[in-house]
Amino acid sequence: MISVPVITRIAFRALRANTMRSGLTMLGIIIGVAAVIAMISIGAGARQRVANEVASMGSNLLIVVSGSTSSGGARMGAGSDPTLTIADAEAILRECPAVIDVAPLQSGTAQVVYGNQNWSTVVMGTTPSILNIREWRVASGKPFTDQDERHANKVCLMGATVAEKLFGAFDPVGQVVRIKKIPFTVIGVLERKGQTLTGQDQDDIIYVPITTAQKKLFRALFPGMIQFMMVKAVSTEALEDAQEQITALLRQRHRIGSGQENDFTVRNLTQMMQTAITIARVMTVLLGAIASISLLVGGIGIMNIMLVSVTERTREIGIRIAVGAKTWDIRLQFIMEALTLSLVGGCIGIVLGSIGSVAVAHAFHLPSGISPLGVLISFGFAAAVGVFFGFYPAYKASLLNPIEALRYE
Amino acid sequence: MPRRNDLGMQTGGTTPHSPETVLPLISVQQVSKIYTLGEHRVTALNSISVSIHAGDFVAIMGPSGSGKSTFMNIIGCLDRPSSGTYYLNGQDVGTLSRDCLAEIRNKTIGFVFQGFNLLPRTTALENVELPLLYNGTPAHERRERALEALRVVGLGDRWHHYPNQLSGGQQQRVTIARAIVNNASIVLADEPTGNLDTKTSMEIMELFVRLNQTAGITIIVVTHEPDIAAYGRRLIRFLDGVIVGDEVKGVA
Repeated sequence: MISVPVITRIAFRALRANTMRSGLTMLGIIIGVAAVIAMISIGAGARQRVANEVASMGSNLLIVVSGSTSSGGARMGAGSDPTLTIADAEAILRECPAVIDVAPLQSGTAQVVYGNQNWSTVVMGTTPSILNIREWRVASGKPFTDQDERHANKVCLMGATVAEKLFGAFDPVGQVVRIKKIPFTVIGVLERKGQTLTGQDQDDIIYVPITTAQKKLFRALFPGMIQFMMVKAVSTEALEDAQEQITALLRQRHRIGSGQENDFTVRNLTQMMQTAITIARVMTVLLGAIASISLLVGGIGIMNIMLVSVTERTREIGIRIAVGAKTWDIRLQFIMEALTLSLVGGCIGIVLGSIGSVAVAHAFHLPSGISPLGVLISFGFAAAVGVFFGFYPAYKASLLNPIEALRYE
Repeated sequence: MPRRNDLGMQTGGTTPHSPETVLPLISVQQVSKIYTLGEHRVTALNSISVSIHAGDFVAIMGPSGSGKSTFMNIIGCLDRPSSGTYYLNGQDVGTLSRDCLAEIRNKTIGFVFQGFNLLPRTTALENVELPLLYNGTPAHERRERALEALRVVGLGDRWHHYPNQLSGGQQQRVTIARAIVNNASIVLADEPTGNLDTKTSMEIMELFVRLNQTAGITIIVVTHEPDIAAYGRRLIRFLDGVIVGDEVKGVA
């Protein structure tokens, strides 16, 4: 049997003899491999971004939104009619075993002024629990306390974006800002969390004690009424239990009879995020599959050119068979040639695909990451394409009649 | 040429038509070859029988289409007879598989073609190495043996030349080197001088004579030219698929 170094050398020589043709054939594989790698990397990036999102939301998170108003049959949407109270939140924490923490929230938009700077942002009244629930740390300063809440102190925690807009590079801690013209002392600045999937800036926010918000900023219809609350379940597995327990408890507390609609909604955010991750994964597979079609087309190009090559080199094949090349010697020679085309093309494609995916990730602010698995898969796929599409021409070559082949002009 | 000497033992006395006791190298018995071209059946060889002994130098003549090329293809194991048997070294070759025939060609038969049939863009050395690629000869030995074969044909200093840098006579010498590099016991030459001028033709034929006499290689040459045929010790004439003449000269 002919040795591997020998057929490799023969393959490279044959491909060099037709540089242009080899290059163009390779281009098919290059594009195919580059596309597969780019698609897989971009898909992985998107998935990573969703995963980061889940992490930034805080894990095992439920949101309870107060019910919708209905006036004359037109329902106004969740949260339009505050039915939840701070007492509800406390009851949930007390009575639902699957719940580990609860934060009531009352939000509104307000203009915040510091010196000659002003910025319109979301102001949320809540309890200190919010930081635990959203797994959010204070970058400088300190969080507000239960005592601040009890006394409705005019203190606030500032998101990184607000701090930047109002204070630039200065540390806002200890400074006094005016929210709706009421002076608040900044006691802490939150860590940067970045954007949500929908492009919302999570750092464009100010947290104040819920009591302060209700008494000073947004007057609630009734004292203690809130728009929504965030609930942290004990674990991911406990999310559904928590959902059921909260629903049961609130129906009981709000005296909703069986058959009547809930006046609140419990949303499982973690589950929604998991769904988003699954979608991203399916997208990755889909994109990869579409990209591999171009790899397939590249393979057909190889087969085409190999068939031409076999015809052109009929005489050479005749000579080789005459001097003693066996069936598999000839087959291996041509398979090796196809394999060389696809592997060299594959390597170039990997480089281009990696550059491409880094560029796309950069352009779309996705976490860039060249998936080693993607590289491995597309390289393996390229090799498989070479062998698969090289086989038929090689098979044809090996069956040539040496007498006719030697006479071929 | 020390490597060739062992072949001498096999060839023994280089007398054509030696007694029955010596097994002929090539023994063809009632071999026919019929090609089917559409509806026509063309009988290229019609039940021919002939024996060629080791160490002989045979010239084959005949007009085009007389079956001499078909005969060469069959004894060169490139083709199988339609009927009849062909014994090479006492072995019935007709029943062997394609790969077995390839192995026989590789080990015992060397081909020299009218059109040289060298690989383009490949040096003389690598062309000569070609048969050795297919029998697992290690790289350094390939090179050594190919260089030696090139020296035998007088091209030791041109091993790195490409076919298009060599004259016709030189190219044919490379072909001959390729034919003998594997210690072939038979060299089949199909009109080896057809593309060469008279002087070069003579040189090539002298080379065949030398290989035949010093290394005992059996040479079979197909030719149109009586001058070339004259180099053989035995002359077989073909006409319409049968042998019409088989004569042995006294002394070459």
